[in-house]
Order: sequence, then structure tokens, then C-alpha cells
Amino acid sequence: MPEPILAIRGGTVVDATGERRADVLVSEGTVVAVGPTVDAPSGARVLDASGCMVAPGLVDLHTHLREPGREEAETVETGTRAAARGGFTAVVAMPNTEPPLDSAAAVRHVLALGEGAMARVAVAGAITVGRAGEQLAPLAELAALGVRIFTDDGAGVQSAGLMRRALDYARGIGVTLAQHCEDGSLACDGAMHEGEWSSRLGIPGMPAAAEEVMVARDIALVRLTGAPVHFLHLSTAASIDLVRHAKASGLPVTAEAAPHHFTLTDAETSGYDPVFKVNPPLRPQADVDAVCRGLADGTIDAIATDHAPHAPETKDLPFDEAPPGMLGLETALALAVTELVPRGMTLARIVALLSWQPAAIAGLEDQGGPVASGAPANLCVFDPEERWTVDASALASRSRNTPYAGRTLTGRARHTVLGGEAVVVDGEAQR
Amino acid sequence: MTADTVLDTATSESVVADAGAHPVAMPRHLLAIDGLGRDGIVEVLRVTDSFVEVASRAIPKVPALRGRTVATLFFEDSTRTRVSFETAAKRLSADVLSFSAGSSSVKKGESLRDTVETIEAMGIDAIIVRHRSSGVPDRIAGWVDGTVVVNAGDGWHEHPTQALLDLYTVRQVRGDAGFGCFDGLRVAIVGDIRHSRVARSQVAAYSALGAEVTLVAPATLLPPSLEGWAVAGVSHRLDDVLPRSDVVSLLRVQAERGGGEFVPSLREYTSGFGLTARRAALLRSDAMVLHPGPMVRGVEIASEVADLPAAHITRQVANGVAVRMAVLFLLLGQGRAHPSAPTTTGGTDA
Repeated sequence: MPEPILAIRGGTVVDATGERRADVLVSEGTVVAVGPTVDAPSGARVLDASGCMVAPGLVDLHTHLREPGREEAETVETGTRAAARGGFTAVVAMPNTEPPLDSAAAVRHVLALGEGAMARVAVAGAITVGRAGEQLAPLAELAALGVRIFTDDGAGVQSAGLMRRALDYARGIGVTLAQHCEDGSLACDGAMHEGEWSSRLGIPGMPAAAEEVMVARDIALVRLTGAPVHFLHLSTAASIDLVRHAKASGLPVTAEAAPHHFTLTDAETSGYDPVFKVNPPLRPQADVDAVCRGLADGTIDAIATDHAPHAPETKDLPFDEAPPGMLGLETALALAVTELVPRGMTLARIVALLSWQPAAIAGLEDQGGPVASGAPANLCVFDPEERWTVDASALASRSRNTPYAGRTLTGRARHTVLGGEAVVVDGEAQR
Repeated sequence: MTADTVLDTATSESVVADAGAHPVAMPRHLLAIDGLGRDGIVEVLRVTDSFVEVASRAIPKVPALRGRTVATLFFEDSTRTRVSFETAAKRLSADVLSFSAGSSSVKKGESLRDTVETIEAMGIDAIIVRHRSSGVPDRIAGWVDGTVVVNAGDGWHEHPTQALLDLYTVRQVRGDAGFGCFDGLRVAIVGDIRHSRVARSQVAAYSALGAEVTLVAPATLLPPSLEGWAVAGVSHRLDDVLPRSDVVSLLRVQAERGGGEFVPSLREYTSGFGLTARRAALLRSDAMVLHPGPMVRGVEIASEVADLPAAHITRQVANGVAVRMAVLFLLLGQGRAHPSAPTTTGGTDA
């Protein structure tokens, strides 16, 4: 059955070209008209966008879909439903699955699971076999399947020598390596940020320097190899300064930050609730402020969720034994609006950080483009004024580990259009 | 009626249950020293006086917690602390159940939360918990409804009854019926403070009563941050601190910390921070040496120093039982732990 023609009425279109009051007509997967008033044929489905921004669909550079291997925590189906409800039309699936996405078979499997999902599923391949940091994964073979970004996320590539080889090799293929910056010898068994709170609580900490030394090292390797590096989930002031300087000197580096790193501090850990355990860990207020500045001045290119579902029983463990990670897809847009607009950021800038900038880093050509006639119809219609309270039990994710349960946020996706199909209407997933 | 008079009546084998009138509001659980506050600490020490007296009797037992059930839930071996708590509970006539991780369902993969909820469902009044992970008592306190949680040591975080018994020992040795002996008392805590739950509780407890705490350790064995810690100073030179200390509280150095990562060797640690016979000569004549045990003779304390009159290590152990009796009595002794328990009235339900 063909998708009905969609008429998105009454909203303000925002994309890389600017903002304008416009209705949007979508037919057969494509935007067919954009204008102050568009004529909808009879039978068209009208989506009310009054008071809303009509943006290119959001793109998450950093999603843990957990399939294969941890289907009790999330699946491609539930994760992409959560994505759609959060306004995302594409996610980059991280490779730290079981088995990891370090082979053509594993990548094909996830891509196949993503066919027909409620958001486009792109795959990040592993840099090394088994994410063990010892031997290069078949980057070229995976690139031939469409993989544009590689990472051992969950861990950083510890050996500088191996990372250098990986960068040289990646440059030849034209793909981007993304680093989870964490020096294992400094982080040790740290379960939270090392500082005032870890010292008081008696929880092993990981110092900010564990992240910063690897950011500094990789910037030196970018200078050496000329290959691009994307820095995942930067969380410290000094990391962001390093990237700022690297960009100023013209090096091909990009960076992302996660919503929890601009909304929560390590003081949240004081009750020992592992729902606040995440890696990189929550940092002090000065780092939170630095992340906000990095987002504002362009040092950080993207807001990426690091959506990391965990089954409830794994978060009922002692703090140091529980796995790190938080849900993010269904709260990211609202957290950006709630926390960054009061700091002076425009909605257009927030959408840039959540849509076309990450789309460019991920190499997703059908995502993030201007809302114009002929463009692929991947759209996020969101109400920047809607106030809502996070109810963990109402999330589409299979897991419940949101640190924002009970918090009232401003801004929410109302409709999500994927390939011309209205997959979310009035906040409700349509399948 | 004060707890003292309550316990006087207990001499005639009546009940200690009428502590309802005691004036200090105790927290529901004992998770950390901060939760007690100065008044709570003073109350525990004051009530401990009475239980020290009980211990001197031919039959050192009172019926204060008769009908109550206390469980020790030890996920980490600590025979001395567990036996101390169990002795305290038995001397209060409570029934005692002993769970250890090795013999329970935990080994079969049961979650911490399920274990705790299972124990609570058995109608246990208090869980005394020891765990290798910081914060476990806090987590358990958040899961239980009516059960009282007592922290018997969690990770590097706190070991509140150890600090309380240290304070009690200081007050006892200094012969102070009140609490003025802590005002300006110069306390040196020496050793592996970074990994020590005892040190965190000691700093909070001593400082709450007005003592001046100095931490003495190699920099690698200090916490990464001392922000928010109520300490008067930090030193890396024990020789400088000893002559001006009233109390020297040593901490055990775990052998694995001396393997070259935190200090080059235990030998080098001892040469800089061990209380050797030579250093003991620097102590003031009335200085006290304390150690929470188990002590490693020849590392943090020389054998001959451990046996000096200034060392009160055995007295600490004896006081540990009385302090833990006071804690259990104050947390459970007022008919408040079990909402369904009948309210007792003074001396009538013996």
C-alpha cells in the first residue's frame, strides 16, 4: 500500500539555509513542495505543525542498539522506535555488540535488521578485531558494505602505534575513525569521575586526564597522518580546548558531546544509584559549562546520545559493578532545548548539532539536507514549547535506565517522517 | 528517663525498652557518620557507657532487644567485625542470623536486591551489611521498607562503628565523663587513607566533636581530592606530626598496595610511615596509639610498639562490642523498627 501524501501544515521550516514559515508536502518518499501555503490533494494526511519547527530528521552518531547479543536490553526494532519518538530518522549503531561488528557477516546482519526499521540504521564498524586493540579489522571490506565510520567504542585504541596504522589505512579508504578517548592505564577500574565526589564516596575514580591524554595523542596522530578523527562524547574542559586548538590549526577533527555531559554533574552520584553511572563519567560543573561553550562556539559539531540501554537487573548492582550507560534517544532533543536555549543557543543551532552536522560526519547523504522540493522526506517536526515529564515506564526503549525520570523538560518531537512515512504522529509511534 | 537510668533498671533484669524518652533523634539507619551528626555521636557514646557497665557483669546480657531479629549480611569476609556485631546483638537478647555471601544464593547469581528483599520478607528487624563496594548500605536502605540498615563497612566509603569505638576509647582513656576531651584534640590518621573506609568515618567523627585531624600518608595513598574533608592538615612526614599528636590512629597497609604501584615496597613504606620503636620515642607521654585491626606488625607498627601501654588496641576491640550494642539499641530499641511490633512501656514487659 503506498504511503499517503503528507501535508505538514502551520510550522516553521528550519534547515541549514535558514528559517521560514512554510507548509511541506511529501509524496512517495520525497518532499514535493515547500511554501507558505501548499495545495494538498484530497486524501492527503494532514500533520498539524502549528507552533512547531519542521526540521530535517535528527541523526544520532552514537547509538547502542545492543543487537546482536543483548536483546534483553534493546533490539534494532525497539531502539529505532525510541529513535523515531525522539525525532531521529537515522542512527549510527555502535559496534560493541556480541559478537562485535568487526566482520562483514556481522555488519550485514545489523544492516539487514535495520531494513524497514523506524529509523535508518547505519553501522559503525570496529577498528580492531574483537575491539581488542591488537589487529586491524577488515576496514576496506566493511567500507564496501557502506560503513563510513569506525570505532572501538566502549574502549579507546590503547596503542598509539596501532592507531597510527589504522589512521594511515583509513585515509587510503576514505573513512573516518572515531575514538572513545580513555587511557586504560589512567582510568584503571574507575567507576566515576575522579575528584571531590569520588574521594568522598569512596568510589574508584577515573581522572579527566584519562580522556585528555588520548585526545592529545590522537590530535598528534591526525597531524602525523592527515587522516580525520571524530572524537566521541567529549566530557572535559581540557579535551574541548585541545579540539578547539586542533581545529584552529586546520586539522581534520570533529567532535560530539552527549546530553548528559551538558546537563548532569558528578554530584548526582552521591546516592550511589548506578543510573548515573556512564562512561565517560559525569563531570563537575566546570566541565559541564565547558561542554556548553564547545557546543556554542562550534568546537563540538554534534550532540550524540550515547544511548546505552541496560536491563534493570544490571543496574540493581553495587555502583562499581553495574555497567555504565544511560538511555538518550527519547530525551536528547528536549534536553538540548531545555538546557541550551536558556544559555542563548538558537533552535536553528540546536538542530544543526542534532541533524545536518552529524549527518555530514556519518556520511549519510539522505539525511540532514535542506527541506526543499526534491529532497528525501526525512523530517522531524518538534514543538519547542511543549513541557512534558519523563516517565521511564513510557519510553519506547526496551530498557528503563534514564537518569531523567521525573524531570520536566521543554521541547518534544511531535511527528517524525522517515522516507515519506509518518512513523511518529503526535508523539505516538505508528508501528 | 535517660538511657543511663534505663540501664540501671536493667540491673534487676527488667527491660531496657523504655528508651523512648531519650532526647536525640537518631537516623533510621546507620549508613555514615554524617547521618548521625554531633548529637547522634554523643548519644551513641553516652549510651555505650551503660553497655560497658553491662559487659562487666557476671552475665553480660540484657533483654533490650528480646524478640527482635538481627541479620549480619557479609559479602566480604571480616570475622572480627561480624563476631563483634553478633556478640553485641546477642548481649541485647536479639536473635541473630548470619548470612555470608559464600553460603547464600548470591553465589548462585541472585541479585543483591533480591537477596535483600528475601531477607526482609523473613521479618528481619535489622540488616548489618558489609560489602566490598562503596554505597551498598545506601542502596539497601533505599530498597527496604521497615528494616534498619547498619553499615559494617562498605568499600572505601565508611565504617561508622569503627570510628565510634575509636572515639569511645579516646574518651574512656582520657577519663572524660563529658565530651570536652575532643575539643582541640590533635589526631593523626596515618596510612592508606585513599582506600580506607575507616579513615573516612574517623575524619567525620573526630571533626564533628571538635578534634583537629591531620592526615599522614605518602601522596599516593591520599584521596585524589580532600575538598569537603574536615581536616586541619595533611603531612607526608610522620616524624613532624608525632610530637604534636594526642592520638595516633594507624591504618593497615594492604600488601597489594605495597607492590610498587602505590608505594615502591612495604619496606620503604615502613621507613617513612611505620610507627617504629624509634618513632614511638617521639610520642608525647600521654599520647594514645590506636589501630582498627587487623594490624600488620612490622609494617605500619613495630611489634614492641603495639605492646606499649600507649597502644589501646585490645581495649578498642572490647569497646567495639559495647558501641555496637549502643547502636543497635538506639536504632531498634524503641519499637520503631517494626511498625507492627507492640509498643513497649517502661519495665513492664520483662
